[in-house]
Amino acid sequence: MRRWLLPMAVLLPMLVFIYLPVAVLVLFSLHDGRVPVPPFEGPTLEWYGRVLANPKVVQATLASVGVAVVSAAISVALATLAGWGLARHRVPGRRWIEAAILMPLTVSYLVVGLGLMVAWSGVIPKSLPLVVIGHVVLNLPLAFAILYVQFDRDQARLEMAARDLGATEAQVFWRVTIPSLRVALIAAFALCFTFSWDEFIVAFLLSGFDPTLPVVIWSLLRTGLDPQTNAAGTLVFLVSIVGVVLVELLTHRKRARGPIV
Amino acid sequence: MDDLSLDIPAGSYVVLLGASGSGKTTLLSILGGFTPPTSGAVWLGDQDITLMPPARRPTATVFQDYALFPHMTVAGNVGFGLSVRGTAKAEIAAKVDAALAMVGLQGFGPRRITEASGGQRQRIALARALVTEPAMLLLDEPLGALDLNLRRQMQDELRALQRREGRTFVHVTHDQEEAMAVADMIVIMNAGRIEDHGPPERVYAKPRTRFAAGFMGESNILDASFGPDWADTALGRIPAVPQGGGAVAIRPESVLLSDAPGSVPLGMLTVTERVFQGAFARVAGRIGATELRLRCTPHDAPEAGATVPVHLAAGGAVGLAD
Repeated sequence: MRRWLLPMAVLLPMLVFIYLPVAVLVLFSLHDGRVPVPPFEGPTLEWYGRVLANPKVVQATLASVGVAVVSAAISVALATLAGWGLARHRVPGRRWIEAAILMPLTVSYLVVGLGLMVAWSGVIPKSLPLVVIGHVVLNLPLAFAILYVQFDRDQARLEMAARDLGATEAQVFWRVTIPSLRVALIAAFALCFTFSWDEFIVAFLLSGFDPTLPVVIWSLLRTGLDPQTNAAGTLVFLVSIVGVVLVELLTHRKRARGPIV
Repeated sequence: MDDLSLDIPAGSYVVLLGASGSGKTTLLSILGGFTPPTSGAVWLGDQDITLMPPARRPTATVFQDYALFPHMTVAGNVGFGLSVRGTAKAEIAAKVDAALAMVGLQGFGPRRITEASGGQRQRIALARALVTEPAMLLLDEPLGALDLNLRRQMQDELRALQRREGRTFVHVTHDQEEAMAVADMIVIMNAGRIEDHGPPERVYAKPRTRFAAGFMGESNILDASFGPDWADTALGRIPAVPQGGGAVAIRPESVLLSDAPGSVPLGMLTVTERVFQGAFARVAGRIGATELRLRCTPHDAPEAGATVPVHLAAGGAVGLAD
């Protein structure tokens, strides 16, 4: 028992430090009062009603979902092709290409956002498609990092076996490569989705007149503290949680059935 | 791989035997079309298949790690080769059932690959390869991952399956007992070359080279110089055929503890070690400075320290090429 004391003494305050702000946010979204400050009164769902009745918020939610789905799909598709290409062929300068694909992970969102804003000004107007491009720039390295390691020797042998049994290259790709990477593809997509879903800086710089949800929440904040923003923030948080749980269920079920050989 | 030529008789069970790095797996990979040879050609019957890709080659491979598709059922795996060729579904189902029955896995079709044991995976891989009716089945260390009992059982099954199907099997292994148990022809490989090849009985009893004699079971190898039908060794002049390059091999079971018709005395053996192995005993000792190993029934085995006369069985010495 005693050997747990010290680790717990470190772990518990750390968890409180991480989760207290989220807990407070969620709690005061249920606050029955005009300003979300203690003491807590309520609970009430009034603010959720108001937020969901706000056409700006609804519009922005749809925009965010659209951007997240499209940018995650593009990121995963490009990362899969890049991983497959680099892992399965002798590519001159492979290391440099890998580094070039992974590099944006180290560049700050602000720089990426400003760069896209400047580079595309006059070519593509600030709009949701431009946000999609920005999110692909941010998420492609992430998807690539997840998927590239999956193209290992075992995977290569599966493809070899498929070829040996008479499959064409297209059949190898669609019937063996993609299905056997299913878990990693789901994980990469879900991660790209959640990162895009609550990304603010790039969306703020590039979305123009079609703001995404984080941008709208930010503009709500400018008019002062209001439990409405707590409610909106809680909804954003809930979507992320549901996403994570779904992925965990989908991938864990596979793992529980035994090692994927 | 070094200037190698091999004729594989159609419908035979051939085992490529060698240590790791001997080139046996590379040779199999060339046969399967996964590795292009830098020079030379591969012929199947009267067809040059050197440059034919694996997908169109009439060979099928059972991989060492089986390489079963984890996202498919057992039936999905076995039927894959037919399905990618566009075979009708009903025909696939019938052939898959037949192939599973052939390897003793009736009714396993709907199961998941991850539920199958090592031995079952081995059989599934075998069924998956055989269902495409290959002219040649290539097996890369197919029993390496199985425990000893299962390995013995699968050896018998592979042999029976090959006989029944009448297909050419090419099987790679480093296990000489496995090779002798299944093969019509053993090909002993070393450093990218073929040291010896032939029926297991011949390769075991009359190995061609020093390497082959040492690799196929235990052997006493004595330096020798040859006369017309004898060899002069440290143990004296002994009858030996064929003539060799500079050594003779004597199998431990050809060293006898008593006279037999046609045997030749080798001298007095001072026993240094006796190991009980169940059905037989291994005895090691010395005649002068020459070490000699023999095999006998445990009942006859002399104790360590004893000095006993030993004889060479008739035809027990084989001249070796270098």
